[in-house]
Amino acid sequence: MKFTRLFTAISGAILLTSATLSHAATELVVATVNNGHMVEMQKLSKHFEDANPDIKLKWVTLEEGVLRQRVTTDIATKGGQFDVMTIGMYEAPIWGKKGWIKDLTFDDAYDVGDILPAIRDGLSADGKLYAAPFYGESSMLMYRKDLVEKAGMDMPDNPTWDHVAEVAAKITDKDNGVYGICLRGKPGWGDNMALITTMANTFGGQWFDMDWKPQLESKPWKDAVGFYVDLMSKYGPPGSASNSFNEILALYNEGKCGMWVDATIAASFITDPAQSKVADKVAFAQAPTKATPKGANWLWAWALAVPESSKHSAEAQKFIEWSTSKDYINLVAKEEGWSKVPTGTRASTYANADFQKAAVFASAEKTAIDSANPNDSTLPKSPYTGVQFAAIPEFQAIGIAVGQQLSSALAGKMSVDDALKASQVSAEREMQRSGYFKK
Amino acid sequence: MSKPVRTGKYDWNMRLVSRTLLAWAITFIIFFPLLFMFVTAFKTELQAIAVPSVWVFTPTWENFALVQERSGYFDYAWNSVITSVGSTILGLLIAVPAAYSMAFSPTKRTKDILMWMLSTKMMPAVGALLPIYVLCQTFGLLDNVISLIIIFTMMNLPIMVWMLYSNFKDIPIEILEAARMDGASLSEEFRHVLLPLAMGGMASTGLLCLVLSWNEAFWVLNLTAANAGTLASLVASYSSPEGLFWAKLSAVSVLAIAPIVVFGWFSQKQLVQGLTFGAVK
Repeated sequence: MKFTRLFTAISGAILLTSATLSHAATELVVATVNNGHMVEMQKLSKHFEDANPDIKLKWVTLEEGVLRQRVTTDIATKGGQFDVMTIGMYEAPIWGKKGWIKDLTFDDAYDVGDILPAIRDGLSADGKLYAAPFYGESSMLMYRKDLVEKAGMDMPDNPTWDHVAEVAAKITDKDNGVYGICLRGKPGWGDNMALITTMANTFGGQWFDMDWKPQLESKPWKDAVGFYVDLMSKYGPPGSASNSFNEILALYNEGKCGMWVDATIAASFITDPAQSKVADKVAFAQAPTKATPKGANWLWAWALAVPESSKHSAEAQKFIEWSTSKDYINLVAKEEGWSKVPTGTRASTYANADFQKAAVFASAEKTAIDSANPNDSTLPKSPYTGVQFAAIPEFQAIGIAVGQQLSSALAGKMSVDDALKASQVSAEREMQRSGYFKK
Repeated sequence: MSKPVRTGKYDWNMRLVSRTLLAWAITFIIFFPLLFMFVTAFKTELQAIAVPSVWVFTPTWENFALVQERSGYFDYAWNSVITSVGSTILGLLIAVPAAYSMAFSPTKRTKDILMWMLSTKMMPAVGALLPIYVLCQTFGLLDNVISLIIIFTMMNLPIMVWMLYSNFKDIPIEILEAARMDGASLSEEFRHVLLPLAMGGMASTGLLCLVLSWNEAFWVLNLTAANAGTLASLVASYSSPEGLFWAKLSAVSVLAIAPIVVFGWFSQKQLVQGLTFGAVK
């Protein structure tokens, strides 16, 4: 009798356990960076989990460089540690072509056509969308209208670099710790090279000609880098060679920068009175130009992709569909307000009157994003896509090496000509080694 | 010897005073980053980036609340405890017999072996990343505390063997021989003779291993994802490419080091004793 009861109890327990296990939620691992919009998504993801009780989200937040290295390793070794990855506009087309990430297809309700065309193109390869944009950005000029007015100058909506230099000279007041212009100088393909590439583009330069020969010693590059180093040494803050986005953001919010050309996302930080001392004194213009407006402002997006190695790709795509949808943007607006919604992705966001009212930078940002074209960003024809980068696997290494040389030039450790010469040599070596051309 | 300088009714030994001041100055310089981090944790992001630094302000708990709300601190802390305690125990189990044999039954190659073990510490960790990553992947140990325990153990073994070796060398072998003469078995000799004598050294070795494992970041960042991340990975996750993060990063750093600092505070005597073994020889 006792044995029968025991047997029944054990069988029951096993049945219950197996029933529970068979209904266990699918666990999706989402790899992301610690940006404000991503943090918000993590917070609001409980809405997704509530609507999809069979899916449980696990978050891995990594520093940008580490994230890039981790997801690259995971994809290359088919590690399968992540189901949703946060990647950039540089990776999406390269990885898509290699078949490392799945192409994304959405239903009509998602409205792919609403995604800004420049962003959609940048995340696609061979007509297939490989990553859905979570937020997008371009670059623009952010300036202190009070300082510009005080100096008796004006700032047109589409300024030239020469005009910017003129304004910088007038508003620099080093005795009071105000520097005319702050620009990135920290070495890195996504740091100083993002800005310098846009400068080289608008000065009429390109990374590679149609034979994939690096063009770093061409006149436009020499003019652009020479102008940049001269401008920064005269009117920039000390130690610019180690400044990137966050360092300049800190300087700007402290009221130490007169002008700043950087990511449009900065606009939401410098106009936020909670973190900026100059929130009410900021105005916006398009990124400065020189010989051509082509490629004068960059284009970037943080986007979500599903690696081929994911074992839960259907659920992963479901999550991406939710987090990059119009409904998600409305959810953020409802919970946090329109000033906190992820921007740079959908036309419908910019068309929203409430958003326009909440984000003073909205129209400048939209104009900047719309004017960037990753497929035609240089005056001479180029064989690569990308505005502030060339979307080829070798670019990362080349960009880092060139970034280091140009940062040294900015720090005064070497001349601009020497820095560009060394850059040309290393870029040629890398491209030759990869078989793009023979000597 | 400098002459004592008579000032009023006190005798001041100037050399002693200057040495003390120098020691305090060096201590302050070493301690300053920790102090800065602690103070920054209670600032707002705007105060955190202010130049010159703000030292008088109304402290806020906002950053700690945000860290608590955003991340499962205790999950990470639990992984830190498991990996550091696990690797310490495993390390001691391997290092004690190794150091015992080298200290009490040395051969002509013992010194070479010790040097070779130490030389493995000279290789940058990243040099072994690829093979270890592939091994972990092959054995299904990516994002797993077991792989971290094994790696932390291997990482700390050279220093553990060296510390224990120095400690054991201070114990006269005659005492062990006397125990053997009295018929003690190896385990009895270890438990009743060696252990009481070497307890201080073993404790400090274990403590050091614990601290090193707790603070290890490279392997954690490269081998873990959603499940096995320790506090080091939690700290790293607060660095942001676009946006101010100093105050939040400081708050999470304070939370990450707090347990081990308190632990180290209580056991600093053993730690100093262990680290200065053989220093007076």
